[in-house]
Amino acid sequence: MAQELLYLTELLGLRVYDLKGRVLGRVSDAALVPVIHPVRVDRIFIGGGLAWLTISQDQVQRVGLDGIFLNDENLTPYHPDESMLRLERDLLDQQIIDAQGRKVVRVNDVTFEVASEEGHDVLLIREVDIGLRSVFRRLAQGVLPRRIIRRIQSRIAPNSIGWEFCSILEPDPQRRLRLNISMSLIEKMRPADLADIVEELSPDDREALFEAMEPEIAAEALSEVEPEIQTQIIESLETERAADIIEEMDPDEAADVLGDLEEQMSEEILEEMEDAPKAEVEELLEYDEDTAGGLMNTAFVAVHESATAADALEAVRSQPDLTDGVTTIFLTDIDGRLKGVLPVTRALIARPDAALTGLNPEEPITAHVDDKAARVAELFDKYNLLALAVVDEEGRMAGAVTADDIITLLRRK
Amino acid sequence: MFKRAKYHLLVFFAVIGPGFITAMVDNDAGGIFTYSQAGAKYGYLPLWTLLPITVLLVVTQEMCSRMGAVTGKGLSDLIREEYGLRTTFFMMAALVAANLTNVMANFAGVASSLELFGISRYFTVPLAAAAVWLLIVKGSYARVEKIFLFATILYVSYIISGFMVKPDWKEAALYSVKPVLMLDPGYITMLIGMVGTSVAPWMQFYLQAAVVEKGIGAKDYAESRIEVIVGCVAMSVIAFFIIVSCAGAIHSVKPRDINDATDAALALKPFGNAAYLLFGAGLFNASLFAACILPLSTSYTVCEGLGFESGVNKSFREAPIFYWLFTGLIVIGAGVILVPGFPLVKMILASQVLNGILLPFVLVFMLLLVNKQRLMKKWVNSRFYNSVAWMSVVVLIGLTLALIVLSIRDLLR
Repeated sequence: MAQELLYLTELLGLRVYDLKGRVLGRVSDAALVPVIHPVRVDRIFIGGGLAWLTISQDQVQRVGLDGIFLNDENLTPYHPDESMLRLERDLLDQQIIDAQGRKVVRVNDVTFEVASEEGHDVLLIREVDIGLRSVFRRLAQGVLPRRIIRRIQSRIAPNSIGWEFCSILEPDPQRRLRLNISMSLIEKMRPADLADIVEELSPDDREALFEAMEPEIAAEALSEVEPEIQTQIIESLETERAADIIEEMDPDEAADVLGDLEEQMSEEILEEMEDAPKAEVEELLEYDEDTAGGLMNTAFVAVHESATAADALEAVRSQPDLTDGVTTIFLTDIDGRLKGVLPVTRALIARPDAALTGLNPEEPITAHVDDKAARVAELFDKYNLLALAVVDEEGRMAGAVTADDIITLLRRK
Repeated sequence: MFKRAKYHLLVFFAVIGPGFITAMVDNDAGGIFTYSQAGAKYGYLPLWTLLPITVLLVVTQEMCSRMGAVTGKGLSDLIREEYGLRTTFFMMAALVAANLTNVMANFAGVASSLELFGISRYFTVPLAAAAVWLLIVKGSYARVEKIFLFATILYVSYIISGFMVKPDWKEAALYSVKPVLMLDPGYITMLIGMVGTSVAPWMQFYLQAAVVEKGIGAKDYAESRIEVIVGCVAMSVIAFFIIVSCAGAIHSVKPRDINDATDAALALKPFGNAAYLLFGAGLFNASLFAACILPLSTSYTVCEGLGFESGVNKSFREAPIFYWLFTGLIVIGAGVILVPGFPLVKMILASQVLNGILLPFVLVFMLLLVNKQRLMKKWVNSRFYNSVAWMSVVVLIGLTLALIVLSIRDLLR
């Protein structure tokens, strides 16, 4: 093979020759069948209108810029098949997710590698082309000879994404299954990056992603998405699925999402939720979004004031969902009234049997559940807090606001 | 019942923006000149065209905002996905050329309106260009949209100056509903100009993209439709007052041709300095407003359609083509105004030709897209609506083609 690369734009319209060197037709599309082979072009279609013929990959002897030469002329008529990804129809000009570059891109062209397999040529998808070079190639195709286009385009910087980093968007769940589209690339992304991508997609594609992702990952991503889009996504999902995702969110964020929905819908979703997260979320839903109650999380680490450092760390361990973000241990009396606060690091470095009261706990600063959110932010700023206890009418601790809640609050203004 | 109404009102305020802004920018420097000219030369007679113009605007705008709300994709995205790169490329190239001349016309409007206040264009145009650039590049879209909405309020100055001229309201009311056709070539040319320029290609792209950007979904569509209609009606009301001002101030004294919109402002001087200054200020506001929207919308549309990174939320490095295009449109559009002897009138005529060539394609693609079940689901056009839409499109295309002929005739003269 003189050149080992072939572009989809070049493949389309390429002449197909039979054994005697007669032209059978021109290529009108090609397809991948991911369940058979993840990157090999499995079928090539020739003809126009409805009367297409299918060339199976093993019927191809040689592929090059001068045409496709067959080793077997018994072609079968085209029939639609849900398990094939048609490159021209389903991929070219459509949007895909670039998991490495963490963005949504539009496919201008596809690059194949021409490889040899059992003595005949096969096309393997190598990358998806975006950027100016592929735009030029598309525009010039059919106007200039293929070889001249190649010469000119080599002066333009290429911009491509390896096929292994591409994630295709397919709204139809049945078809997603048949095409063997995996979510693993997307699920490995950071929730915040994933949220940026979600915001750029169309509603149908968003729905598709949130239907297919693991609920935990979907929940993390959903927390990072803009509120209006959160509402739109939840509304588009089946109630059961929405409940699965909301269960996995932090209760304060879950309450924010549910609070933005129409009442009937949020009740239906609550109905579907497990008892434990449901109770917490329902409690938070009582508060106005713009108050300390609306900001706080009902999960926090509190121990009795007479506890030891070991007890405190045990309390941290017992809240695995919180572990990542725990900065503060709240000391309370038997009625749940706040007596002091202690940075978690002090409990960490103290001897296990040291009494917490001996570690110089600070006088607690608290907010009332009905205090305005802006007031809470002021307290964070004034006292340089990482976490703030929120107390109810009787002075009992109802929840805690953390610094990341405040950052979100301030950014949304 | 009351609660429901309040909900709808809230949603209405949440969706306000895209339709209103698009319709108001339709009254840019070129639009104001067309209406001033109509009023100056033919008095109240052309007022009846505003009703059909409103209908045409509503029909075309409504379809775009519906497509944006349902598909969550811009018009250039949809054209790209359904009709391929080459079609999109040529449309985008024509759009850039046509909009560049529109930008020039509006910077010319900025220059001449501020010269009414005795400030040199060598001072005002570079300042305005820098202000536009900084506003868009340094501001978030949400904030920029608020500023735009505020700018639409300033159009009220035309209503006030209309009252100050004390026109003949009885005649104005009569001719608003009484169609007058004359076989006078000047009159027919004017009618074609008024209706033919009322729907421009950029508006369709801008509106749909703005609806998507605002996150308006199919659920809020009812309110969004009302917003579009209110916007189109408001645009016609402003046009009404411009025509009435010029009819009262110029035509009733002595019918004549005016050279540009500032000419019309000057003619308002005998009716008080306030009327004259308000008319001038209105022109300045409209020109600057359009000079903001056109480059922004053009760069968005082109980058979305061709698959380049776009958006003012991205950095220069992330979206270089977007920023270069945006900057180029402003620098060239403002720069040529400072070149002595630049053939601006010829450029504007050429822009009308380009717009006229582009519009039929845009409208036909729109109608084809809005009728695709796969994209629009249950929101495709109804049969009745489709017949109205096709009729409107045929009328618009016919008038636009007539306008092309007239513009070419003037160009060659």
